[in-house]
Amino acid sequence: MSTAAATAGERTGRAKPATMAQALGRALRDSMAEDPTVHVLGEDVGTLGGVFRVTDGLAKEFGDERCTDTPLAEAGILGAAVGMAMYGLRPVVEMQFDAFAYPAFEQLVSHVAKMRNRTGGAMPLPITVRVPYGGGIGGVEHHSDSSEAYYMATPGLHVVMPATVDDAYGLLRESIASDDPVVFLEPKRLYWSKADWSPDAPAPVEPIGRAVVRRPGRSATLITYGPSLPVCLEAAEAATAEGWDLEVVDLRSLVPFDDETVAASVRRTGRAVVVHESSGFGGPGGEIAARVTERCFHHLEAPVLRVAGFDIPYPPPMQERHHLPGVDRVLDAVARLQWEAES
Amino acid sequence: MTVQELPGAAAYRPTPPPAWKPLTDPAPLLPDPEPFRVLGTDAAADADPELLLRLYAELVRGRRYNAQATALTKQGRLAVYPSSTGQEACEIAAALVLEDRDWLFPSYRDTLAAVARGLDPVEALTLLRGDRHTGYDPREHRIAPLCTPLATQLPHAVGLAHAARLKGDDVVALAMVGDGGTSEGDFHEALNFAAVWRAPVVFLVQNNGFAISVPLAKQTAAPSLAHKAVGYGMPGRLVDGNDAAAMHQVLSEAVARARRGEGPTLVEAVTYRMDAHTNADDATRYRGDSEVETWRAHDPIVLLERELTGRGLLDEDGMTAVREEAERMAEGLREQMNADPVLDPMDLFSHVYEEQTGQLREQADQLRVELDAEHGPHDGHGAEGVR
Repeated sequence: MSTAAATAGERTGRAKPATMAQALGRALRDSMAEDPTVHVLGEDVGTLGGVFRVTDGLAKEFGDERCTDTPLAEAGILGAAVGMAMYGLRPVVEMQFDAFAYPAFEQLVSHVAKMRNRTGGAMPLPITVRVPYGGGIGGVEHHSDSSEAYYMATPGLHVVMPATVDDAYGLLRESIASDDPVVFLEPKRLYWSKADWSPDAPAPVEPIGRAVVRRPGRSATLITYGPSLPVCLEAAEAATAEGWDLEVVDLRSLVPFDDETVAASVRRTGRAVVVHESSGFGGPGGEIAARVTERCFHHLEAPVLRVAGFDIPYPPPMQERHHLPGVDRVLDAVARLQWEAES
Repeated sequence: MTVQELPGAAAYRPTPPPAWKPLTDPAPLLPDPEPFRVLGTDAAADADPELLLRLYAELVRGRRYNAQATALTKQGRLAVYPSSTGQEACEIAAALVLEDRDWLFPSYRDTLAAVARGLDPVEALTLLRGDRHTGYDPREHRIAPLCTPLATQLPHAVGLAHAARLKGDDVVALAMVGDGGTSEGDFHEALNFAAVWRAPVVFLVQNNGFAISVPLAKQTAAPSLAHKAVGYGMPGRLVDGNDAAAMHQVLSEAVARARRGEGPTLVEAVTYRMDAHTNADDATRYRGDSEVETWRAHDPIVLLERELTGRGLLDEDGMTAVREEAERMAEGLREQMNADPVLDPMDLFSHVYEEQTGQLREQADQLRVELDAEHGPHDGHGAEGVR
């Protein structure tokens, strides 16, 4: 987002259409303006403004030392961020694409996630790792991975994923302000999604770790996050034709996981489908289904089902629509929630 | 058919593309052909006697520390100990060249450097005792946690030094790694970042001949590890790692250079690991006694003793005094390590996040119930030893 656009937004003070990418950029800008220890670093984040233009204007406004084009080496970027955080800075690291973040995996798992714990709380690392996430943008190989399960399985990390323009701003501000490390997954296919948004008066956001009911309903609960939220909302609208009134829960954060909101919804509806584009086997849906079953067993009318990406390497762009969970696949799952017991 | 065989090839004269020019003249970055030495050379006469005596006392103390820690593994008081016996000159010099405000980034073999920098000898051993991953506050001592995944602490040193420079603080980071660690990707990335950012970092490679069992020849085809510096655009220094005076001089110069804002230096210390990789390793499987004996003749303490006695700076009484002081240190360490650490199992959940997640609260409750069933109501101070 350009600074000029942000200023224009401030002047009018009125909500107007903004993209998720712009809201993310504004969150970075406001965090940097508010806290001089916030530093942005990554590949092409400076002069270019990032390949998705999320960091556009930051180097110009705050200088190269605050928004730094680094050498092209993800482990080095995150490793350097660890050292910067050790010295009291608050680094925000951009990984260019989800599948390009893997070289940094050792730094993330062995140091970022563990430093607070291994120093008995003496040295927390307030690092935010921004990762453009998932598919659906026609990206060629290695540009569309769903990597959240790896991060979820690593104690010490928070894993956050916005699905709306408001949340993109609010959750990123919260993540940067957090003294814990946060893996902040940005759904690529929602970067250009728009909403009326007022940059000078963004909606208040609860602390990281709170899910939200995006659509109340009585028949069944769709539990989802990130890029699958619009899919679920569309499915819920379509489901009304079948007489189903679906509730849609947006998790917003996978770690911490909001058992309370999820379980309360499923207890109300008695049925649940978990929807995500990450592969199903070993994916978040299995964990979520288990947690729901453990807490809501006596309220359940049917097994908790999962709608997920297939257990295949992410397909070439001309085939990706077959892989990504769509409205029909969600509705098929809803149809299998043992409604015959109702009649 | 090669280019040379093509018709008209004789007339072919490649010219460099218009924008090309070397970024840096490599010549001044090259290390000496032989490891730099002070002891036993004419330069030794210029060495500060007080410094040499200090180094000697620290070396003897360091060797005693290594011996005591290894003994503690045999008594079951330490889970494991990777000894730096034979490498004391590197360990001690690395600690002594730093100012209080500087940072040390040790690997798992560098307990001695941390202790020589002033860290409590018991706190330095908690990782290896197995009661706490890091028994000290890194910020209080400016010593990063002893790092086990090879070379992964090097980019931290770069980031920290970079951050200090951004804040305008006069701070240097010294990061330690072994010869095996130079094969890791993080070594490469750290050196590259440091050079590009001109970060005030000194990289100390202790080339002790082996990565557990694998000799250097299987690790690299470089002329020396110090030569690797040239590819990053920083100077490489090759030094005799068993010559404490040389180590002190070369590291001091590298630290001073970093402090002046001239950027990082790679120092390769040629040394030898006299003990096995750890107490759990059997070095006879990969190296012969004669090799070890050759290095014993080039022992860092022997080299320094010869210099000091030859110049009349040290006599038998002086040596005895130093040994007795080291013995007292070992005794104190032994005594302190004989006490079982007091651990609270509930602490397992205390520092995963700033605030416990719901999941962790549930799991903490579960453990509390188990502990209560085992010991009666939990009083917040479990009596369990670690073994």
